[in-house]
This record gives sequence, structure tokens and C-alpha cells, in this order.
Amino acid sequence: MGKMLLPIVAGAALGLTASVASAATLDEVKERGELVCGVSQGLPGFSNPDAQGAWSGIDVDVCRAIAAAIFGDDSKVSYTPLSAKERFTALQSGEVDLLSRNTTWTMSRDSELGLNFAGVNYYDGQGFMVRKDLGVNSATQLSGAAVCTNTGTTTELNVADYFRAQRMEYEVVAFEKADEVVAAYDAGRCDVYTTDASGLYAQRLKLANPGDHMVLPEIISKEPLGPAVRQGDDQWLDIVKWTLNALINAEEMGITSANVEEMKGSGDPAIARLLGVEGSFGEAIGLDNDWAAKAIAAVGNYSEMFERNVGPNTDLGIQRGLNALWRDGGILYAPPVR
Amino acid sequence: MADTSMTDLSYVRTEMVPDAPAPRRDTGFVGWLRQNLFSSWANTLLTLLGAWVIWVVVPPLIQFSLIDAVWTGENREACTTIAQGGVLPDGWFGACWPYVGDYFAQFVYGRYPFDARWRVDIVFVLFAIGLVPMLIPSAPFKRENILYMSVIFPVAALLLLTGGHFDYGPFITGQGFWIDYLILTVIVCAIVYAWGRATGTTSLGPVRVTGLSMVAIAVLLFILGIDFGLSHVETDVWGGLLVTLVIAVTGIAASLPLGILLALGRRSNMPIVRAVCVAFIEFWRGVPLITVLFMSSVMLPLFLPEGVTFDKLLRALIGVALFSAAYMAEVVRGGLQAISKGQYEGADAVGLTYWQKTRLIVLPQALTLVIPGIVNTFIGLFKDTTLVLIIGLFDFLGQMQSSFTDPTWASPVQATTAYFFAAVVYWVFCFAMSRYSIFTERRLSTGHKH
Amino acid sequence: MAVQDAGVPRLAGGGSGFSVLNDQRVRGVLFQVLLVIGVVSFAWWLISNTAANLRAQGIEFGFGILWNTAGFSINQTLIEYQENSTYGRVYVVGLLNTLLVAALGVVLATVLGFIVGIARLSNNWIIARAATVYIEVLRNIPLLLQIFIWYFAVLRLLPAKREALDLGPFGLLNIAGWYAPSPIFGEGFSVVVIALLLAILGCFAISSWARKRLAATGQPFPVFLASVGLIVAALVVSLLLVALIWGRPLTLEYPTLGNFGPRGGARLFPELMGLLLALSTYTASFIAEIVRAGILAVSRGQTEASYSLGLRSGPTLRLVIIPQAMRVIIPPLTSQYLNLTKNSSLAVAIAYPDLVSVFAGTALNQTGRAVEFILITMATYLMISLITSLFMNWYNARMALVER
Repeated sequence: MGKMLLPIVAGAALGLTASVASAATLDEVKERGELVCGVSQGLPGFSNPDAQGAWSGIDVDVCRAIAAAIFGDDSKVSYTPLSAKERFTALQSGEVDLLSRNTTWTMSRDSELGLNFAGVNYYDGQGFMVRKDLGVNSATQLSGAAVCTNTGTTTELNVADYFRAQRMEYEVVAFEKADEVVAAYDAGRCDVYTTDASGLYAQRLKLANPGDHMVLPEIISKEPLGPAVRQGDDQWLDIVKWTLNALINAEEMGITSANVEEMKGSGDPAIARLLGVEGSFGEAIGLDNDWAAKAIAAVGNYSEMFERNVGPNTDLGIQRGLNALWRDGGILYAPPVR
Repeated sequence: MADTSMTDLSYVRTEMVPDAPAPRRDTGFVGWLRQNLFSSWANTLLTLLGAWVIWVVVPPLIQFSLIDAVWTGENREACTTIAQGGVLPDGWFGACWPYVGDYFAQFVYGRYPFDARWRVDIVFVLFAIGLVPMLIPSAPFKRENILYMSVIFPVAALLLLTGGHFDYGPFITGQGFWIDYLILTVIVCAIVYAWGRATGTTSLGPVRVTGLSMVAIAVLLFILGIDFGLSHVETDVWGGLLVTLVIAVTGIAASLPLGILLALGRRSNMPIVRAVCVAFIEFWRGVPLITVLFMSSVMLPLFLPEGVTFDKLLRALIGVALFSAAYMAEVVRGGLQAISKGQYEGADAVGLTYWQKTRLIVLPQALTLVIPGIVNTFIGLFKDTTLVLIIGLFDFLGQMQSSFTDPTWASPVQATTAYFFAAVVYWVFCFAMSRYSIFTERRLSTGHKH
Repeated sequence: MAVQDAGVPRLAGGGSGFSVLNDQRVRGVLFQVLLVIGVVSFAWWLISNTAANLRAQGIEFGFGILWNTAGFSINQTLIEYQENSTYGRVYVVGLLNTLLVAALGVVLATVLGFIVGIARLSNNWIIARAATVYIEVLRNIPLLLQIFIWYFAVLRLLPAKREALDLGPFGLLNIAGWYAPSPIFGEGFSVVVIALLLAILGCFAISSWARKRLAATGQPFPVFLASVGLIVAALVVSLLLVALIWGRPLTLEYPTLGNFGPRGGARLFPELMGLLLALSTYTASFIAEIVRAGILAVSRGQTEASYSLGLRSGPTLRLVIIPQAMRVIIPPLTSQYLNLTKNSSLAVAIAYPDLVSVFAGTALNQTGRAVEFILITMATYLMISLITSLFMNWYNARMALVER
């Protein structure tokens, strides 16, 4: 008898650690005491676990910022690594509260899949990586090449579109897992490895001889990557959207994790509104009024987040480019808090 | 025609010639060689072919794994040629064992926190303590042993591996729940008692069993909720051999009772029961495990009420258990069919009820008969656990694959070394189990002849 | 855990009275009704949950998605497929690729399995041992690991894409696959095809005639040699004829090395090669054991009787042992074929575009419609299994009658 009951009870015990839902995501998160964030299975610079299992990256920082905005503590996040296949179901079924997994904002995902994108935390574009000894220096010379990529990503569709538009022949070898794509490319099965440009830089670190490979100049697609939430909970969408906007506005106003406390005393009304000194913007989205200050104190402004994870001083060495503020020649532009 | 009798013939010997020794070429080593390898032209040709195959396969493997292998080193330099940025001569191709040594702990524990790994070790030891005597047919205390393996060990392992102190959420909180539970227990027992009265049984056995089960569940819930001061370890960081064993052992443990029920159902006289069981069994046997795992990873969350979610590992476990239950059912059915009809009829004649007959007469015999089959199912399941890496769990092989992306040891021989090592490990496990299965099979078949 | 004294049966009539619940049939009906209610309500619970979940996300359940444009490309397709084809076509492409690898795998595994199984029973010590080692090694290593070994370790030893191993008349071999020369049929090649078909028909005729003769006179006829001779003769004569009338009947296009690897010729993808090698060698180790068991199941007396009639070991095996062993071999052999087909779904790990990989993988990921796509995939495998089982049951029944 006990033999049969045990697996069932054990299962229930394990399973019920994720709690039973109520209507509003925020209440649920508060009750649980932590935010459940869907991230990638390991992409340096975006969401990557270290040897101790601690997560870091620009996507992870979005999760931390939101946890800080809610709880005032950025460690109250539980990360769920998701494959490309699982990610949307995980969000739809409520397994995660937030999907921050280098996911491209597209119309079909926004509409048909029941997701809402809360903004863009990294403007990316798809690029190609080749071996230097191939003697190719433009994507237009790739006719007849074999291309390694991930299945089920926008990448796979973009590459098909690109080669069709250019009327070039090609062969796609599409793997389920990013590690397998890299392994196959490294083994020489493919001439080209294609994914988001940031991903190319990240994955190049994992190759046997990173110096033997180069990223071609062409960027063939728009890949706005951002956090997504379930449809039907506007408050939760607002929280995610405005936390992200707060980080971008903070950079614009010169607020950093170091000076956030003293900036609260600044006379600038825009800063005062953002940091919750004036107005009650936090309460309007169900949080404390100093929600943004807490988020900024935890992860810094957008610039700090970028420099820490993917910027020129990291292994990835990516320039700000499109991801600079609008006034610095980029397209980062957050609506004002007022 | 001739009527001369034999005895008259003077040239016929009257005594036996002493036995001459067999020709040298038919005895000893030479004789063995002649008989087994070179008995005919065709045989000689086959021998040469066999020798050639062995020559092609074995020396390169030894060369790779032992002779040319690198045994010490700090990073990829030790295992790469000069052209690749290392220290070895060009054209070198051998195993890189320091890489395996460096990652060995990860292959066993995954990313389980360092300071909590002693808990995994204890689970391994507890498992061995229960398993070894169970595998030895002559070891005493079989009953206690089974009790240990089916009750004490799973609870202890669950507590140690996850850290216990489960938060049951709003459902089970405070005394309110326990009062409800008490009422529920009384109601369930009353129903069982009423059924007993209605069918004219005065024995309190069933009521007692039900009551004890309810108490057991309560105790279990209580124990799992206790805070033993162990840190909570999410299943996300479990990996390596730990996950392989957890999936294989849980899968087989869960599939055995389910498989028995299904097998009994398939041989039932009740047409609907039979149909349901056949449909269940044939469905799971008809689809590949990988689609089952896909289903459990992407569809199962949608099957549950909104907001209720299962752990990823648990979802895979459910899939694996249902899948192997169908195979187990067929193994058990084989055992049920192998029991002579006389046993069933005898039990009926004594007046046993269906469940008494099944529990006391049929199952003890059938399950003993199918031990080799169960072990073989377990071997299959053990090998099939590798599939979970496709849905993103890190079993032994998956952990190995994920180590390929570490630039510290990246080299052209890395994957080959890892796969070679994995193959050896899996082979040792599976081969040992298959030998055990053959051993029990022999034991059983001799037992039958007498 | 069961309490022992609960098992003591009560004597009939000793109870407090008779109840309808003691009637076996009543109990049976009651239990079945409960079961039906249980199963149906469980199914209903699952379906309503799924429906509620999907509705909450604004997703509509339905198979209309199959007519949407896929937009991605597949490298190995047996039928015409383009990026603007539909998901429905992706399904067909995937299914055909699954059936292709299964069919090739079944043939290779059967041949190899029979060879190894018979070798294991050989009197030759070294051959028997080698076969044993083969079986014990391959069946005790997970198939997925073997696939990885073939694809990532063994094929990796092949030359890089821009170089190639020149196999002479068999084309080029490198990490991107095997590029065999592809035939280009000249004018009048149909004559050769017709001649070949006629020759094959002739072979059937010879064999049935030979069987009749054997039955009537007891004299054997070398059917195999005659058939080979007939086919070769038909080919040579027709080729010469065509060559005389129209010129070259057949030219071979050889692959050449380009910047992105060999071009031209017929190509066998490395994913297919790796999968096929792993599947067939693995399954062969199981088939070998089945063959061995089947042969051992034929009583020793059959062999001895055959020898005493003067048959040598070859004909004994072919004419006496194997036909009898087949009856034992076929049922487990079928389940191995089914296993191989199901195992071919591991293709997803090495990017071979089979049903699971392109349909339950890529297409599912692109659309996010998990329920529909997984259901279709599972149903497809189930159909394949059921059809094979039905066919084998029919075949078994037929065999059993004939053999009796």
C-alpha cells in the first residue's frame, strides 16, 4: 500500500511547492515571497548560471529589478531555465510570472500566443559567424553554404527569408539546443553559424579557437528582445513595463545605483517623481512609491546593467550601438514618469 | 556360404589393443586451435576475418584511451596539439582524462551546491544499504528490506535531496487542515465499513488498512513539512548521475504497482476494465518516449488547472513512470500467464476472494517469475533516461554535453573523451544488471525443474 | 503492509445475511460503472483545464494552423518542399523522412542482426566471441549516446567540408555527407528498365518452375545462379542495344569540390548516416539475440537428421533450421522493428529532419501550438504501431497455419 501512495504523495509535495493561483499575478508573487522568472538555459551576458548556480546577465537583471521594486530585495527571484520550446507554454500555464529570456517581440507572439511584451531591454539583430579561413567577408558571398541554427526561433525564419530574398542556395541544419548548434559548427558541419548578433559574440567564447572565427558585418533582421508577461493582467504588465522604463529614464537623468539616495534630494521634479519623492506613481501600479528607487539601487540604471553584462569591458565586448540612449545616437527612449 | 566360425580365424586378435594417445595435433592447444579455428578452409577464412575485425577495432581504442591518453593537466593546453595552441605534437589523438577528472564531481552531482553534496552521498549510501541485501536471494529479512526500500528510503531521500520543509501553500495550513483531515479519515473509514457490512463481512481488516493508510499519509505530510534545518535545493540544480538514478529508480518504483494493476486489469473478466487497460498499455507502448517527454514538458502544464504547476523534473518523472508502467504491465502479464491454471482454480476452490487470491497466491508466484523481466525493464529505463537531456534536464550524459561549452577544456578530443567515458560508465551499469538478470533467470529455471 | 488476518476467508453462509453486493456480476457492473465515471471525469477534467488555459490566453484550439505557411527550410526532403509550403506539408516531409530512416534501418539491422546472431553460434571460436562482445557492448550502451558518438565523434574524424575523401567511383566523403555520383539517364534508358523488369519476372517464373520440378522429380535447380545470370544478361544486352542505337544510355555526374564543400551528385546527409548507423547497429544487437534464441529453439535432432541425410551445414541452416526458427523469431523481430521506428525519433538530437524534429520540434516552436502538434505526432506513431501490429498478427496467423 505504502509503495503506491508514496510516489503520489511525494509528487504532490514536490509539485505543490509552486502555489495555487489567484487572479492577480502581483498578489500571487507577494504571497509566494518570490518572483519566478523564466530565463535561458545559459547564454553569457543575458542569463547564465555560474559554477555555484548564481545567475547573471542583462535578462536576469530585469528580473532582479522587478523583484527589488516589489520586495525591496533583488534576491527574491527564482530562475527557471527554459528551452525555446518550453518558454511560451511555461508562461501561458503560469509556471513563470515573467519571461525574460532573450525573446524577440513579434506580432504573432504578441497576438496569437497570448503574450504581452513589456518593452525592449536589448535591440538586437541577426548576424552570421564564419571561419576566417573561408575567405568570406560579406553575407552576400554565402551562396551554397550550410547554416547551423536553433530550431523554432525567429532566427530560423529570418535566415530562410534572407537567402530567399538574395536568391542564394543554402542548407539549414537546425538543432534543438544551442550547445549542439555550437558543437556542430565547431566540428565543421556548417560553414555559417547564425543567431542574434549578441548571441554570436557570446557563443564565440565557447568555441575551441575563438580567434579563428569572425562575425560578418550584415545584420539581417530586427530582433527587439524584451520581457514578456501573460495577457489579461494589466497591472502586472504595467509593473514590468515601468520598471524597465525606470531603468532607462534613470540613465537619462544620471541616477545610478551609487547616487540614488542623494538624488532623492535633487530639486529636479522629474527625478523626484521617478524616485517617489513626489506623486504616487508607485501606488498606481500596486507598489510602494519608491519602487523605482529600489530597483535602481539593486541593479543600477540601464547603462550600468549593459556595461556589467555585455559592454565593451566584458568578455562579450559589445558596443552600445542601437542600445544607446536616443540623445547619444541610439534608439533607447523611455516614456516619461508623470 | 562359408560356415567357418570366427574362432577358427587365427588372424583375428583376441585381446584389445591398448589405447593409443590421440594424435598431437588433435589435443592440447594445437588441437583446440585446429578444432575451433582452422577446421576447414571456410573456417580459417572466418578466423582471419575475425582477427582482422579485432585488429581494426581494439588497438585504436587502447591507443586512444590508454597509450596516447593525457593523464595530467590544468587546462586545454595539456590536451591540444601545438597547432591548436597546446603542447602535444601535431597529429596526436588521445583521450583527455584530466578534463574528466576536473568535471567528475559535476558528472555525479550536477550543479548541486557544494556544501550540500554530503546529502547526496548519504542518499547513495542509504540506497546501497537497501539494494544489496535485496539483490542477494539468500539474505535474511526480506520483508523488512522491502519495507525499508519502499517507505523509509524514499522519504529519507526526498528529504535529503530537496531539503524537506515543504511549503504546502494555502491548502495545508495550520490546525484547520488537520481537523478536516481527521473528519475525512473518519468518513473514508465509515464508507469502507459500510461496504463491509453490506457485503456481510464482519472482519475489520479493510477498515484497519484504510485507517493505517490515512495515518501514514498524515505522518508523511507532517514529516515533509518539518524544518530539519537543511537548505532547500531546487531540482533545477540537480544533475549528472544523481538525476539519472532518480529518474530510473523512481520510474521503476512507480511503474511496478501501476504495471501490476494494469496487468491484472488486462486479464480481468470485466470487458470495460480490460478495454481501458489495453488502451492504456497500447497507447504508451505505441509512442516513442521522446514524444512522451515533450508532452510532459510542454503539454502537462496546460492540463492542470490554471496556476498549478509541477516541477520540471517531476513532470519528466510522471511521463517516464506512465511510459514504463505500460511495459511493466506486459512483463507482469507474462508472469500471470505463466502460472498454471490449477493455482487459480485451487484458490477459487478454497473460497478466496479475487483480491485474496491475487495477493496470496497469484502475485507472489508471478512476480518471482518475472524478476528477470523487471530487471530488463529497468536496464531499458536506465538507458532511456538519457532522453531527458533533449527536454533540457541534465542527466549524466546531459551534464557531460553541457561541459563541452566550457572554454577551459575545449579541444577536438573533448567530446570523444567524454563519450568514451560515458559509454564505459553506462556499460558497466547495464552489463552488471544484465548479468544479474541472467543469474536470477538461471536460479529460477533450476528451481522449476525440481 | 497488508494486515495478515484480513486474508482469512469467511465460510459461505456464516455471514449476517445475503446481499446483492456479494453477487460477482453485480459487483463487476458496479465496479465498471465506477471506472467509466472515473476515466471520463478525469478526461473531462484534463480537457476542461486545457480549454480554460487556452481560452485564458486567447488561443484557439484547432488544426487550421496546418494550412499556414511554414517559412523555414528543411535540408532533406523526399517531396517538393519550399519555405512557403504549409505546416501540413512539413508534416508529410517529416513523416516520409521518419519512414525512410526506419525502412533503411530495418533492412540494415536485419542483415547485420542475422549475421551476428548466426556468428554467435558459429563453431569458430574467434567469430563466436567477437559476436558476443558486439552484442554485449552495443546493447548495454544507451542509444542516444551511440547516436552522439556516431554523429559528433566518429563523423568528426572525416575531412572538413572543403576537403574530401575521394572514394573513386563512389564519389566523395566528408563531414557534410557522402556525395555519390548521380546517374543522368540518356535517351532510350527506358528500354533497359523494361528489360530489367522482364528479367525479374523471368526469375519468378524460373523459381516457380523449379519448385514444381523439385516436387515432381526431386531434382533441385540452381535458382539463385540462374536468376543472377538472367538479370545480368538482360542488363548487358539491353545496355549494349541502347548504346548502339542512341549512344550512352547512362552518364554519371560526379561531385566536385567547391568553396562550400562538394557540389553535385546525390547526397547522403551526415545526420541520416549517423542516425542510420546508430539505429541499425544498436537494433542489430537485439535482433542477433532473437535470431540466436530462435535457432536454439529448433531441436538439435533437426540438425542431426539433416546431417544424416547428407546435407552440409550451409543448406542445413538455410533449408532446415531457419525456416523453423522463423516462427519463433518473427514476433519479437516485429517488436524490434517497431522499437527501431520509435527510436528514430531520437533524430531530434542530431538535427535529422524526422517527424519529431521538424513537426513536433521546429513547427511547434514556431507556432507555439503544443497541444495540436504533439497530439498529431503521437497519433501518427500510434497508427504506425497499430498498423504494423495488425499486419504482423495476420502474418503470424498465416505462418502458424502453414507450418502446422
